[in-house]
Amino acid sequence: MATENRPLSPHLGIYRWQITMTMSIVHRATGIWLSLGALALVYWLIAAALGPDAYATAQLLFGSWIGQMLLWVWVFCLFYHLCNGVRHLFWDAGLGFEIKTLYVSGYTVWVIATALTILAIVLAYASGGGP
Amino acid sequence: MAEFSLPKNSRIQAGRVYQAPPGTKNIRRFRIYRYAPDSGQNPRMDTYEVDMDKCGPMVLDALLKIKNEMDTTLTLRRSCREGICGSCAMNIDGSNTLACTKACSDIKGDVQIYPLPHLPVIKDLVPDLTHFYAQYASIKPWIRTQSPPPDRERLQSKEERSRLDGLYECILCACCSTSCPSYWWNPERYLGPAILLQAYRWIVDSRDEASGERLDDLQDPFKLYRCHTIMNCTRTCPKGLNPARAIAEIKKLLVERQH
Repeated sequence: MATENRPLSPHLGIYRWQITMTMSIVHRATGIWLSLGALALVYWLIAAALGPDAYATAQLLFGSWIGQMLLWVWVFCLFYHLCNGVRHLFWDAGLGFEIKTLYVSGYTVWVIATALTILAIVLAYASGGGP
Repeated sequence: MAEFSLPKNSRIQAGRVYQAPPGTKNIRRFRIYRYAPDSGQNPRMDTYEVDMDKCGPMVLDALLKIKNEMDTTLTLRRSCREGICGSCAMNIDGSNTLACTKACSDIKGDVQIYPLPHLPVIKDLVPDLTHFYAQYASIKPWIRTQSPPPDRERLQSKEERSRLDGLYECILCACCSTSCPSYWWNPERYLGPAILLQAYRWIVDSRDEASGERLDDLQDPFKLYRCHTIMNCTRTCPKGLNPARAIAEIKKLLVERQH
């Protein structure tokens, strides 16, 4: 029986998005974005090592509105990845697999990550950071 | 590598509409994935208007009403109609479940029905599960012993028996495995939640004497560790089981035996 021509049934396009899979893909996306952030951090350190001119350029880039916005996104990614990482640690210990617990822990991660991000931004500007 | 879009021969086209007779009051629209292998055409979505005043409560009732009264070519698997055979597993309203235990009243709006996701389709709602069953056979799902057979049954304490609760109820309907994005992207090498739950069922069986070999077989970057705790499996299981936890327990056993 020929099987090569059989169509593939639809998958991602028809599956209902739910918090479980959403949080998983966001975890991966934040992880990727954070590794790019590490490069940005390295650039900042190299600029500092190269001298005042290079450092001033880096400060200008990070201080621009687009630079600041990227930094905020990185801060959120850091806290999300951290909080959801703790959730992963509980799973590794075999805990928190009930549907109800999954939802409660999932929403908790969103709330804590958002709160920590706002707190970090407020503290950063209050302590004289920013423009 | 993950292929997010469907291959050319799998893209879904608009289909026919089967209207209810004029004067029907309680109409429900069922949009159903159709594929006829002999037609040479791509799959399509047909729409059936069903008179719910003359239809049973479950999605399977509606499907059989359509097949009996509106379109006899509609093809699906079904047998027990009470959630124990696993034949009528399909994607209903965006998640995988059994048509026989899913009530139409639990769904808002039109009822969308597709075959189980990311499988080759034989016809309409009937996917090819050959690979899934081969993966099941690969974990050797039977009791394996070295000790000489006893003169009577192999006994278990109540405590030992209770470790199989939440595992033995699995009916291998494949809802969980085909809900798992990781299984979608790596079906050849990742065993998927259903098979791993079954593997765990034999690992923790006190009568089985091959736990070590079973764990050896799973110590593989793909067979087991493609589970990224996405949790779609547990979310979708029509029997209320928890494949994600079973997989986590296997991972724990693999870590524990190194110390």
